[in-house]
Amino acid sequence: MTETLHYAYAVVPEGRADIPEELRGVAGAGVRTVAGSGLAAVVSPVSAADFDEQPLRAHLEDMRWLEATARGHQQVVDAVAAQTCALPLRLATVCRGEEGVRRMLATGREHFQETIRALDGRHEWGVKVYADPAPDPAPAAAPAAAPSGTSGGAGGRISGRDYLRQRRAQRQSRDASSRRAEEWARTVHETLGRSAEDSRLHRPQDARLSGQTGENVLNGAYLVPHEEAGAFTALVGGLADRAEGVRVQLTGPWAPYSFTGPPSGAGEGA
Amino acid sequence: MTAEPLAQRQIALVDLLDRLLAGGVVVAGNLTLRIADVDLVRIDLHALISSVNENVPSPWEPGEEGSR
Repeated sequence: MTETLHYAYAVVPEGRADIPEELRGVAGAGVRTVAGSGLAAVVSPVSAADFDEQPLRAHLEDMRWLEATARGHQQVVDAVAAQTCALPLRLATVCRGEEGVRRMLATGREHFQETIRALDGRHEWGVKVYADPAPDPAPAAAPAAAPSGTSGGAGGRISGRDYLRQRRAQRQSRDASSRRAEEWARTVHETLGRSAEDSRLHRPQDARLSGQTGENVLNGAYLVPHEEAGAFTALVGGLADRAEGVRVQLTGPWAPYSFTGPPSGAGEGA
Repeated sequence: MTAEPLAQRQIALVDLLDRLLAGGVVVAGNLTLRIADVDLVRIDLHALISSVNENVPSPWEPGEEGSR
């Protein structure tokens, strides 16, 4: 009854992944494969105290735990993806016993096989565009802020009307630069989309999470065949050089995390 | 192994979570625990933001009413 919980990282074609003995996954456990339905799941045992449904929900709100788990997950997926086409599973996919793992493979067999076929030989690349941070809204010298003693020198005070005019000019230049950033985001996405096999848009990242300056106006993922990686990254580099008023950032290569679901457009959750 | 210009530095956690929480195959079935994706993302962002910066008063943009 108390079957071991298995954390599942990825699904691979059967017999294609040779897991190095020293590979460690989530919570530092050894990794192995469980075969079934012509496929194999890459798994490691995890404790019920941490990964059964209730504790798992609580843990997911714990930032340290979340990060450690995410990095453990990524490490295993990366190691396996270096050997074969690895279909990554969503974070914290946990099965009860080997039986549960085999059941997962059997239930999803068709989707797994189809997706592996579609993604084999491809990587995902991430490209983000950030608007350059607006130049500090040079605090439009507040009207009549001068302390009473100041003799009316040239620079000091400005009239209320000038103040409002400055504010309006600032707002307009901010609008113009954010419009320009949006245009660059579209150009980048369209250009890359034409050269990639497929693309997905992630939600723009919150600057407080990313620590980046400037608004994130594009957070895209692009599916690119291995042999075209050089051309694709060069294309990104070219866009980054040409782009004005924005920063273009490349990440990858990633296992094709963003392309494991049904085709774009059908992505409504629950 | 051709072109890894910017790709070699430590992966940012946000980039990783974009993929691990919104990507990856979601499996259904009663032997498998499954996280409801949408809720999870909200919970995590909340946790993330407050742990990244404890001084941030509210995780949601002050200008964006209605999202609460």
